[in-house]
Amino acid sequence: MKPPTDTDTLTAPADTTAVENPAVGIDQTAGNFSYKVDYAFDAGTGLSEDTVRYISSVKKEAPSILEFRLAALKKFFAMPMPTHWATKDLENIDFQKIRYYLSQGQKPKRTWDEVPDDIKKTFERLGIPEQERKFLAGVEAQFDSEAAYSNIKAIVAKQGVIFVNSTEGLREHPELFKKFFGKVIPTGDNKFSALNSAVFSGGSFIYVPKGVKVAQPLQAYFRINAENFGQFERTLIICDEGAEVTYMEGCTAPKFSTSTLHSAVVELVALKGAKIQYITVQNWSNNVFNLVTKRGIAHEDAEIKWIDCNIGSRLTMKYPGVVLKGERARGEVISIALANDGQHQDTGAKMIHAANYTTSNIIAKSISVGQGRSTYRGVVHIPKHLKGCKNNTECDALLINTNSRTDTYPAITVRGDKNSTQHEASVSKVSEDMIFYMQQRGLTEGQAMSLAVNGFINDLARQFPMEYSVELKRLIDLEMEGSVG
Amino acid sequence: MSATTLTAPTALVGSFTTEAFAAHLASLPPSLPAWWLDRKRAAYARFAALPMPARTDEMWRFSNIGTLTLDGFTLPTVDTELARASIPNSLIGIPQAAKLVFANGRLFSRELLSAERAARGVIVDTLQNALVKHEAIVREHLLTQPPKLGSPKFAALHEAFLADGAFIFVPRDVHLDLPIGVFSYALGATAAVFPHTLVVAGENARVSIVEYFGSGNDTEAQFAAGANDLYAGHGAQIDYIGKQDWSHRALSFQANSTIVRRDARVQSLNLHLGARQARHESLSQLAAPGAFSEMLALTVAEAGQEFDQRTLQIHQAPYTKSDLLYKNALRGTAKTIFSGLIVVDSDAQKTDAYQSNRNLMLSDDAEACSLPGLEIQANDVRCTHGATSSRIDPEQEFYLQSRGIAKEQADQLLTFGFFEEVLNRLANDDLHEALRTLIQTKFKK
Repeated sequence: MKPPTDTDTLTAPADTTAVENPAVGIDQTAGNFSYKVDYAFDAGTGLSEDTVRYISSVKKEAPSILEFRLAALKKFFAMPMPTHWATKDLENIDFQKIRYYLSQGQKPKRTWDEVPDDIKKTFERLGIPEQERKFLAGVEAQFDSEAAYSNIKAIVAKQGVIFVNSTEGLREHPELFKKFFGKVIPTGDNKFSALNSAVFSGGSFIYVPKGVKVAQPLQAYFRINAENFGQFERTLIICDEGAEVTYMEGCTAPKFSTSTLHSAVVELVALKGAKIQYITVQNWSNNVFNLVTKRGIAHEDAEIKWIDCNIGSRLTMKYPGVVLKGERARGEVISIALANDGQHQDTGAKMIHAANYTTSNIIAKSISVGQGRSTYRGVVHIPKHLKGCKNNTECDALLINTNSRTDTYPAITVRGDKNSTQHEASVSKVSEDMIFYMQQRGLTEGQAMSLAVNGFINDLARQFPMEYSVELKRLIDLEMEGSVG
Repeated sequence: MSATTLTAPTALVGSFTTEAFAAHLASLPPSLPAWWLDRKRAAYARFAALPMPARTDEMWRFSNIGTLTLDGFTLPTVDTELARASIPNSLIGIPQAAKLVFANGRLFSRELLSAERAARGVIVDTLQNALVKHEAIVREHLLTQPPKLGSPKFAALHEAFLADGAFIFVPRDVHLDLPIGVFSYALGATAAVFPHTLVVAGENARVSIVEYFGSGNDTEAQFAAGANDLYAGHGAQIDYIGKQDWSHRALSFQANSTIVRRDARVQSLNLHLGARQARHESLSQLAAPGAFSEMLALTVAEAGQEFDQRTLQIHQAPYTKSDLLYKNALRGTAKTIFSGLIVVDSDAQKTDAYQSNRNLMLSDDAEACSLPGLEIQANDVRCTHGATSSRIDPEQEFYLQSRGIAKEQADQLLTFGFFEEVLNRLANDDLHEALRTLIQTKFKK
């Protein structure tokens, strides 16, 4: 999340020695560190009713929330691992070796000065400098479980926007959030949404009042900072009639030797005519299981757009979805995945059409490097007696090395003769002619490859806010390094 | 362990009990080789032990599991009078080099190859005869590919109860100018049949096969578990057309397995018209460089019918090509499922694979499910797939109407045009014409 620097441009290699990769000069160990942190509240390792009761009591939650958590825990234990369709790698998660709650115990901070120094250091290494606040309307930075830093610019608060963490949201605005909490994604939707419902902490709850258009994106930065520690944030965004908001979520995590688990639940509600755009750049370290459930409900004339970019983690399973509940609602998923050695990006989208004249669009691009494996999995469902529904799905996969792997598993169901769907997918490699041409123009093979890969995703990357697309480009350069030759 | 002494729970075997299996074995000629009978016993044991497909079974996603049944069927012998009355004389209106007609799994009639063709080494015979006379070839190719598309239970049932089928062998460098006809009929209200066709084409051989599956009449609640094996040796060319027209109350399973060797080419077209619920599994293995498999299918799905088509294109060698086009037209409350997968092994560089599923929705109650899949482990490949579902293009409809063609007629023209894209791929014009007539007749009914 740095502003663009001269290392980002490929065009001026003249004054330097020929660099193998434009990413040279970026500290590639950034994000690869951890600080000792005093965990004031620690639920210990393992998962039981006591863990859940402990989390709930620390958060001083209402009894109804505790009940919700306990019911979810039962469901979690009862549900099987979905390995009949998903990768067997899931069986390597040992739920009893994971810490389910850690917190500094501090209340969310309102100004930068109040943030403890060591946490500031972490953020600095992550590249969230203080001056960035100038760019961003509000920052809800999550350090481990609890929001360590929360800053809503006066302008946004004045508009009546509520931007709090999940604990605060349920405690202070129950009338607003309880109505939709757990409704878009029911507890039993899948095993991991049940797990999240049992042990959730952190995440953002946002309410945008009628007609309010939040001009600048709201942002949260998540980060895992303890070995064997799962992070289970819960986000709920409600956009009232005619309102508009963009939310950005980005992740990096330090590298640890044993696996960690990240299992978030994100629910979006776009009421009549509202617009929500949810942007994610996921760059967990290569030992993280990232199993996330994301879904939005779009009412009449509303629009929900997921922009989802997955670069890190050992295994990501994430299929952002939109339930198109009102007439003329629109859903869109733009997905970019990059899988390198030892990574499996199992991503995709779900579009559930439930009203007439609803439209949805899915564009997914994946890049597999080395022995990386990227998978597109999608669901498009148009039930009976609807008319004028349309879906367009495009998946393109780019394979860099001879042993790279890609899979596509879409599932499309259409009923009736008044709707239309189209799905297209292609698999290709970077053309040798293209690389040769660029080398002939003086670029190294690595630079040429980076440029080609960036070109492959360029039309999608352009849809990201500028600072994200810059970061994305840099991340791709880093991942591409050493993949050729 | 002898399978005949095994007592399986009836829920798992339905009408196909150990007694029925013992009776089936007893009905076979004593000349059959022991290895084949052993394989049948082993298959029966597998069939009896395997569970029915479950709702959570990914290979059966979207399929209606509740209507699958093994109960209420019989293994009738052939009633010659009934067969004479039910089986028409002229089967497909084009000349054939040879013909085999089976009724309830037993040979009913045949037309032999001309002496000239037989002298070149072409063999068209029953499986029962071939198991004795050409044992080595049959053993090498008959049901040797494991079922990979979700129906090991029904594949085992087929193997256990397979009584007779067609065996076609074309030796090296021989080109057969006319197609060979194989016809399988199910006769009787509850008849269960297990048709099989084995085709082996030697190096640079050429052969085309027209296969037909039909019932005595359209109201019989029959059962079919069929399979075929197509083997194309180096440089060989096989054209296969299968027309499934079982009774509209039949339950049908069909598993096709194709192996394409170096520079060989196999084109298969399956027409799906009959049965209340039909599952068709088609496996194509591109085993050596230059192999090409073209997989085509046309389905006319009407009121209440469910067509469940599962395909697998496996590219095992570099420079192989596959091209799949499955088209479904859906009317009434019909349901179609297309689940296709292209697998490219890690050393199958330069693969060119295509997979396309088009669903034409002609009714507001029809349902089309598409699961077009790819699993690619090599990077220098061209693999694409596409799936669409929609109604007749209103613009094309409008254009025809503006030219004075009534809407109904315009829709029919456009629907026939939709089928024509598949039929156009056939090299044999007579066959093209015959099939077009067949489909259009069926469609106008």
